[in-house]
Amino acid sequence: MNSTFTWLFDPEHWSGPTGIPARILEHLGYTALTVLIAAVIAVPLGAIIGHTGRGTFLVAGLSNGLRALPELGLLTLLVLLTYVGLMPVVISLVILAIPPVLAGTYAGIRNVDRSVVDAAHGMGMRGSTVLLQVELPNALPLILGGIRAATLQVIATATIAAYVSLGGLGRFVIDGNNAGAGSPDGYPQMAAGAIVVALLALAVEGVLALVERGVVSPGVRNASKTQRTSRLRRRPTTDLVENPT
Amino acid sequence: MNIDWPWPWLERNLDDIGTATGEHLYLALLPVLAGLLISVPLGWASSRWGVARGILVPLAGVLYTIPSLALITLVPLLMGTRIIDPLNVQVPLAIYTIALLVRSVSDALLAVPGEVTAAATAVGYRPFHRFLTVELPLAVPVIIAGLRVAVVSAMSLTSVGALVGIGGLGGLITEGFLRNNGVELVVAIILIVVIALVIDALLLLVGRVITPWSRAQQRTGAKA
Repeated sequence: MNSTFTWLFDPEHWSGPTGIPARILEHLGYTALTVLIAAVIAVPLGAIIGHTGRGTFLVAGLSNGLRALPELGLLTLLVLLTYVGLMPVVISLVILAIPPVLAGTYAGIRNVDRSVVDAAHGMGMRGSTVLLQVELPNALPLILGGIRAATLQVIATATIAAYVSLGGLGRFVIDGNNAGAGSPDGYPQMAAGAIVVALLALAVEGVLALVERGVVSPGVRNASKTQRTSRLRRRPTTDLVENPT
Repeated sequence: MNIDWPWPWLERNLDDIGTATGEHLYLALLPVLAGLLISVPLGWASSRWGVARGILVPLAGVLYTIPSLALITLVPLLMGTRIIDPLNVQVPLAIYTIALLVRSVSDALLAVPGEVTAAATAVGYRPFHRFLTVELPLAVPVIIAGLRVAVVSAMSLTSVGALVGIGGLGGLITEGFLRNNGVELVVAIILIVVIALVIDALLLLVGRVITPWSRAQQRTGAKA
């Protein structure tokens, strides 16, 4: 345990292009890039599926089907099929990030109170206006929940992707493992990397929870609070359960 | 990638594939079972006492957030296990299962209508007996739903252990990658996915069989 903290707090490991701060930035960079691409694809798709009710099978099928697919298998397979580099890794991370965003957006739109949507139609709004000005703002908490789940999934899988030569914090775990258990850069390096990854995931989760609070319209937030008592009566569903990562 | 006609490779390595599959099931299923057994009392406690819920549910959220490779790597540091101990994979999987189920069990028990427990008490059930024969069975559909997610995720996450030398079928994934053997890699992925989906379907079936009343309600259209 001591050697782990010695490694973690060694100033030498906190500077330069392979130091901990640089690896954290790399890790966040991959995560941001991937989640952005996934959101650009999945939010509009989920919104259209939720709004029209067409293609619902795609949402459930994707999230259930991909849960069983081992991340390590997808990563290594894509790299073997193409080449060692950033693109195959980003593609597999995007594939894993799409289902939670899609499911969150879809569920968010579907869960909007029908009477609110009817009222919007009654006021003379067109379908697209209803979607953009009524359904999406009301669905925002669940959309952001989906993005948060996807982000954590990507942080975890990007760690694994160090195995196929990606940078980021997974490097410490993989390089430590390759260095061998006896080496001073062996297990201490692995454990130190693992601690930083765990803290990063928790920090990102916390920041995203705060962002969710900040951007959701106060009306929507209060509405979901008043509904909470009636929610307990409903049978709890596991449709939106996030995967462990 | 080198993809040959797969049969010769499969034939030569059938034994190894079998061993890896057995190892994978041992690594993945035992922790889910242990997690289920632990999360029922924990879920019961947090459905009963607000304090327990206030501690357990956020704690479950925090543990669920920690990436698998990090948790697997940290078990030797926290528990003093050897680097290639199967427990290094099994403990994190059990933790994820508990984190997933505690909340489901607690929610499901809270959702049991008050008049049902009151009726059971009125006809003479003692609290523990009532929990086992009335409240827990009513929570089964929710528990099974959580268990299905836990087991399918565990089947896939077990392979991450291969990165630190404990992997079951994950070992075939890393070996296939290092040897540029696409067949080995694809066989391992297919086995993991297919076995996970079979176990998922079995759990769905078991859930239906042990809750015959939910089917009866569906048939008669009674409200659930």
